[in-house]
Amino acid sequence: MPSWFVRVREWKRPRWWTWAVWIAVLVPAPTVLAGLLSDFLLGTRWLGSNPVKEGELILGQLTIKYLVATLAVTPVRRIFGWNWVQKDRRTFGLTAFFVGLAHFLWYVMLDIQFDGAELSKDLTKRTYIIVGFIALLIMVPLAVTSTRAMIARLKKRWTTLHNWVYAVPVLGVTHWWMSVKADIGEPILYSLVFAGLLGWRIWHARRETSRHATAPSK
Amino acid sequence: MHIRSSIPADLRSSDITPEPLYLSRREWLAAAGLTVGAIAGASALLPRRAGAQQAQGTPYGLQPDDKPTPWDDVTGYNNFYEFGTDKADPAVEAKNFKPRPWTVKVDGLVKKPGDYALDDFLKAGRIEDRIYRHRCVEAWSMVIPWRGIMLADVLKRAEPTPGAKYVEFTTLYDPARMPGQRSPVLRWPYTEGLRLDEAMHPLTMLATGVYGRDLPNQNGAPLRLVVPWKYGFKGIKSIVHIRLTDRQPETAWNLSAPNEYGFFSNVNPTVDHPRWSQAKERRIGEFLRRPTLMFNGYADQVASLYSGMDLRRNY
Repeated sequence: MPSWFVRVREWKRPRWWTWAVWIAVLVPAPTVLAGLLSDFLLGTRWLGSNPVKEGELILGQLTIKYLVATLAVTPVRRIFGWNWVQKDRRTFGLTAFFVGLAHFLWYVMLDIQFDGAELSKDLTKRTYIIVGFIALLIMVPLAVTSTRAMIARLKKRWTTLHNWVYAVPVLGVTHWWMSVKADIGEPILYSLVFAGLLGWRIWHARRETSRHATAPSK
Repeated sequence: MHIRSSIPADLRSSDITPEPLYLSRREWLAAAGLTVGAIAGASALLPRRAGAQQAQGTPYGLQPDDKPTPWDDVTGYNNFYEFGTDKADPAVEAKNFKPRPWTVKVDGLVKKPGDYALDDFLKAGRIEDRIYRHRCVEAWSMVIPWRGIMLADVLKRAEPTPGAKYVEFTTLYDPARMPGQRSPVLRWPYTEGLRLDEAMHPLTMLATGVYGRDLPNQNGAPLRLVVPWKYGFKGIKSIVHIRLTDRQPETAWNLSAPNEYGFFSNVNPTVDHPRWSQAKERRIGEFLRRPTLMFNGYADQVASLYSGMDLRRNY
């Protein structure tokens, strides 16, 4: 291990880190809503020519980014030895859920504007919307059981339940990929990121089992 | 239907305020004694709107509440994948594109093929200004004051032979000048096509300008197609080649996703895109959605082109 890496591993949670996390979590989504209101009420162009569509897209992409943050916590903790990032995992995960919910509500209220016929058709016939909706539904029980009391109460079952989180980015990126017309560049990029984050877990789990298997028994 | 310019040639976009422009046009049309009948397709779906249309007698399928979309939106929000896939990309990436000198080739099943310098090409018709509704397949819409000539005049000059049934259009292919062509998002060069009767229709334009100015690069300078009753992607940009043919041309979006983008691609609120409804549209600049009109409000003028055709199959 190079000496600089040893030093990096010794980092403690910086004081600004907590602030950075709160800003990263609380600022973007409300800013999108503020941009929409400003564009329609004050005539600004923060969200361009089609603020409703642009805001919807940004909220969807933010959801994906918070999922990246959520799933990056464990690899970062293991690789750098920063156990202090662990407590941010729930923050990122809950933010992914709430921003994903905001994305859905934005679509229902602002995009299709409570058109019941269109909503029911979208949710039954249009695969990419079904896929995205399932991703959101999976996050509901995970968000509900994210409290300390629930962790204590569910014990081992909590881990089993929360393994469902791995399905969310797969469905989320599929939803995004299927929704674009021809430009699949960004969905491909995020697919690679999630493949890396999930692949690392498989690699890590294999290494752990083989280590235990070869450990001398006494 | 020869409706000539109502916008002075020296008027710049900054001089045009949407309402006066729209009003002057309406007054002029009233003076010209034009009447527009009820739109058959739309009246069945939208009795209130169609009634209003009948009473007002608006031109080119414009509804009484259609106002030209602001310059910034017309020139800052559009798809032109040759300059990037984001709708804000073309305005930035096309900034240094040089649309002149420009040559247009007209050939195929015509008696008089030719290569024309742009200015000579445009002598086939008379430059006029027309305000058209524009409906994107992505369910947003605009109202755009185009400037250009009728495609029919170009085709008449070339004298199509009796075997000519279709017109194929091709965009410039030059990845050095159109950086978007370096990645294979679509088959380059972009191609589009019309049936000959669609191409000869007096509503079909070859635009050279918008808001009385030369076409900005991002909008397809120096020459683009405008077919107001079809989805916007039919309006191929930066055209270098017009070919008359006896076979239905291959079109870029149809090649990319044949189940989503048909050859005809007429605006039709009753035939959904596989991934979204086409019943409503969001007019750029407005919050509430509007109902989409059959043939984008041009049913009166163009529905007869498709009589007897199954528009669900020929989407």
